Order: sequence, then C-alpha cells, then structure tokens
Amino acid sequence: MSPAITLAAGGAASEHRTLIVTLFAVFVAATLVITVWAGRQTKDAADFYAGGRQFTGFQNGLAVSGDYMSAASFLGIAGAIALFGYDGFLYSIGFLVAWLVALLLVAEPLRNSGRYTMGDVLAYRMRQRPVRTAAGASTIVVSIFYLLAQMAGAGVLVSLLLGITSDGGKIGIVALVGLLMIVYVTIGGMKGTTWVQMVKAVLLIAGAVLLTFLVLLKFHFNVSDLLGSAASNSGKGSSFLEPGLKYGATGTTKLDFISLGIALVLGTAGLPHILIRFYTVPTAKAARKSVIWAIGLIGAFYLMTLALGFGAAALIKPDEIIASNKAGNTAAPLLALHLGGVDSNWGAILLATISAVAFATILAVVAGLTLASSSSFAHDIYANVIKKGTASEKQEIGAARWATVGIGAVSIVLGALARDLNVAGLVALAFAVAASANLPTLLYSLFWKRFTTSGALWSIYGGLVTAVGLVLFSPVVSGKPTSMFPDVDFHWFPLENPGIISIPVGFLLGIVGTYLSKEEPDAGKYAELEVRSLTGTGAH
Amino acid sequence: MATETPPPSKTPDRLPPTEEFVAVQESAEFVELRGSYRGFAFPLTVAFIAWYLLYVLLSNYAGGFMGTKLFGNINVALALGLAQFLSTFLIAWWYARHAAAKFDPRAEAIKSRMEDGA
Repeated sequence: MSPAITLAAGGAASEHRTLIVTLFAVFVAATLVITVWAGRQTKDAADFYAGGRQFTGFQNGLAVSGDYMSAASFLGIAGAIALFGYDGFLYSIGFLVAWLVALLLVAEPLRNSGRYTMGDVLAYRMRQRPVRTAAGASTIVVSIFYLLAQMAGAGVLVSLLLGITSDGGKIGIVALVGLLMIVYVTIGGMKGTTWVQMVKAVLLIAGAVLLTFLVLLKFHFNVSDLLGSAASNSGKGSSFLEPGLKYGATGTTKLDFISLGIALVLGTAGLPHILIRFYTVPTAKAARKSVIWAIGLIGAFYLMTLALGFGAAALIKPDEIIASNKAGNTAAPLLALHLGGVDSNWGAILLATISAVAFATILAVVAGLTLASSSSFAHDIYANVIKKGTASEKQEIGAARWATVGIGAVSIVLGALARDLNVAGLVALAFAVAASANLPTLLYSLFWKRFTTSGALWSIYGGLVTAVGLVLFSPVVSGKPTSMFPDVDFHWFPLENPGIISIPVGFLLGIVGTYLSKEEPDAGKYAELEVRSLTGTGAH
Repeated sequence: MATETPPPSKTPDRLPPTEEFVAVQESAEFVELRGSYRGFAFPLTVAFIAWYLLYVLLSNYAGGFMGTKLFGNINVALALGLAQFLSTFLIAWWYARHAAAKFDPRAEAIKSRMEDGA
C-alpha cells in the first residue's frame, strides 16, 4: 500500500489503534445489548418486520436518517467534494431533494396500504405470485448494490485506521461486519435495527457537528475564506468552486452528470430499506412526520458534509488524499487527524472517534439493508410464492433469519471486489436501479387505474435488467484503471450511471406491458388500494 | 382473483367488503379528497423536479454564469445549490401544513365511517 497510509496510520501508532478498537468495541457492545433486549420483545411477525409499529414519528425520522446517511454520505460525499470540489456537491443536493418524492407521493400511501414490504404495495392489485417474485428480486438486487458500497467503505476505513493492508486482514474485517449484521438482524429484527439506527444517527450527527465546528473555527467562521483556501490548496484555483471539474470534460461526462442527477432524485422513493421504515410507525400521519424530521436532519447533515469536504480540500494536500484512497473515501477521517494535529494525541483521538462513528454508520446501514432483503425474501417469496400464503408466522420469520445469513455471506464475498470504487458512486448505482425497477411500478400501482400485472412485470424486470446490464458494460466494471476489474475491458456503455436510459425505460415498459396484454385491471382491488392509500382504512 | 387477498394476518382482517370500497371510491367526498391531494402533490412534484433539473443543466452547460462571483468566494453555483436546500425545506414544511389542514380531516372522516360500518 501507499506510503501515505503508513503516514496517516503513523499518527495512529499501536496505542491509538487500541483506542480505535476500544471505541468501536464499546459501540458494538452497546448495540448488542440493545439487540438482545429488542429480540426478547420480538414475538410476532409485526415485531420482526415492523418493530411492532410503535415508534413515534420523531424516533422513526431519526432512524430513517440513520438508515439513509450511509458511508456514502459521510465518506463518499466528503471525499468527492475534497477531490472534485463543487461537482461532489451534486450528491448532497440530489440525495436531499429526492426526499420530496418520498414525502409527496410514496410514504403515506405505502404506510396506509402495505404491511411489511415494498412488495405488499406493488402486488396489492396484481396477481400475487409473479409480482411478488419480481418485487423480491429487485429488492434483493438493489440492497446488494447498496451493501457493496458499505462493504467497500468498511474495507477502506480499516486499511487506513488499523494499517491492515493484507487482503486476508481486509477480508477478515469485512467478514466481521457481515457477522455482526447477521446477529443484529436475526436477533433484534426491525425493533433492534431501528434502535441501532437511532443511536448511530445521533453519533454521526454529533461527529459531523464536531468536525464542522472545528473546520469553521480554523477559518474564524468565514465561509468565503474556507472556500478560498480550498480552491488554492487544491491547486485548481477558482474552477474548484465551479461545476465541471469531474463531469465537465466532454459531452459524455456531462451526460453522466445528468444521468447521476436523475438517478439520485428518483432513487430514494424506490429504496426498499427506506420504504419498510414507514411500517414501523402506527399511522400515515406519523410516517409523514418521520419524513419531515428526516428531511431536516439529513439536510443539516449534508450542509455539514460541504464544510467537511471543502475543509479537507483546504487543509490536506490533494496528493495525500488520493494516496490514502484513490476515490477520496478517507478524506473525512484524514480531516479529523489534521484538525487535531498530525502526530499529536488529540489528532489521534479525533481520528479514532470519527472512524468509530464511520464504522458504526456502516454497520447500522448494512443491518438495515439486510433486514430489507431478508424480509422481502421471507414475506414476498417464501410465504406468498413458495408457500402460497400457508406458512405460519413462525415459519416466515425463520425463513427471514436464514435469508439474513445467506445475504450476509453474499455481501461479504462481493464487498471484497469493490474496495477502490468511490462509495458514493456505488450507492448512486443502487439509486439508479431502484429508480428504474421500483419507482415506476410503485407510482403506477398507486395512481394509474389501468395498470396491470403484465405492466408491473415489464416495468420491474425491464428496469432491473436495463439498469444492471448497463452497469455491467460500463466503465465502473471494466476498462479503466478505477474499474472493479481494471485488467479486462468489455465495456461499451460510456456512462458510469445508467439512470438516464434505464429510468425512462422502466417507466415506458410499464405502459407498454400494460397496453400489450389483454388482461383487464382488477377494478375492485384498485378501489381498495386507492381508498386505503388515501384514507388509511384498514391500516394495521 | 377474489381469493387472492392481501397477506394473511393473525388478527382477522376487519376490512369492509370490496363493494363498499368501490362505492366510496365513487362518492363525491372521496373524489374531492383525491382531487385535492393530486391537485396539490402532482404539480408540486413536477415543479420541484423541473427546478432541480434546471440546476443540474445549468451546472453542466452554463459554467460561465454559474462561476460568477456574488461576494467573496461565493459564486452563483454555490448559491443555487444552497437554494435547492432551502426550497426542499420550504416545500416539505408547506406540504405538511397543507396535508394536516386539507387532507387529514377528510381522510379521517371516510376512514372512521368505513371502519365503524364494518
């Protein structure tokens, strides 16, 4: 590995390493206690899948923020801003504005008409087995893309902090993360996971407030000075503060920017691990309140990542950021080290604290993602497709627990492949898949009377295959030094983010599939869904 | 198709029969609720997505304009980005207020009537 890592980790000699491990162990111990406590109260399916639906709007708002502010937000955005200045800012804006789609169109109808999974709403007025299979498939694919990003973040952090550079060591850490998340989800279910999210959200926001305060203090609370120093230290001058550094080079990169922008804004409302959070509150009004809280908390947090990114650009040499991680993922922890003072105790303590927070973030998000995919497997595929609705609650929860173990294993294996990709970029792929495969069917199901089963299947599978296929043949996977497989080249799709093609394809195929089949929509079921989604009649 | 009910539940579903949902769906009260919800949420969604896309396109194709300095090192690009944050907060607040005043009372009236009748 590069000398800069040894340099950064040199500040963190063995005793500081001990500090990092201790802080992290405290977090793990605390969350395990919560998990066991929550597990004792988890008795039926509503407890396991939806945390008993007894959380308040504020609690769930905090948990939603915890689930959403992933390593991508904290490490990825700060890193993207630190390296590319203004172009990294698009992530923050897209990730935030996207919440309005969830607030205005999705959260409340979903809470009113669904029960445990996204598939409940997608399949409500359709033929259950094919649509639930499709919903389960896309839930699992989206969650695995997202998991990949978190695992990549974990690997990166560990090599920075603990000086573990051997592949065996990294795989060991990724396996540890996987193991912990399996424990959280199988024992604590949604109740335990929700509390872990809340704890993590508070820690992450506190960490960001601390770093932001220290950055601003350094510049005497003069934002203009901070930006000026970032521009000059980056060596790129005022263009660092203008759009175009990463995406402005050619017509293709500009298209990539638009593609990314569309995927970000439309993805959130199709993310299964976010959607199932709305089942943890008792009413649609509480779901609305959780989104409002989430928008406030997430917005404030992203404003702070701006200070972190530009702060890192101003205080750390760009070479050092790149040498530590090609994609900039370690900019935030490095910033903590520099703010405290390299080679000082205070710097090491700050680095340890921020790293433990980042690790907690990854662990919590990974647990949320795993819960979403194992719920969907158990409830949509096992209970409704394989067992055709005859499974007992006990069998269903058992299936969810086994699915958790399987998904944990898959993500451990995939996580090792993705370590040098920018985690924010990876998450953006999950957003593109969600916006292409899930959002069209969700909106058509809720608002379009004519929509049918075949429309849903065309849209989910068409959006899914298009998005994943384009990623497979994009420079993210092969053909560039920064690709997942840099040594081979089978890419022909020029953009890194497929959204600009796959999202319209998903929406269009829903229409095409609906009109091509002779199937009549089930008017009675639509009446049920529409009345329930708007009024909450019969909501559990 | 009629047998394909939503997921099984341990508590018996106290859902009113489908015919009642069809009747409510056609009632003036519900049509009004749906109209006021869609009339508010749909145009607002189109508007904020258009405003966001405008910002993305300006970033891409109006570099000169976006780079114009307003004061100190704060340029148009940064100010517009912050304006996106501000508009998001305002729209969220506006929707919550509007929903509480206009949608909730009507929705609750329909819900309680249907559930009492069941």
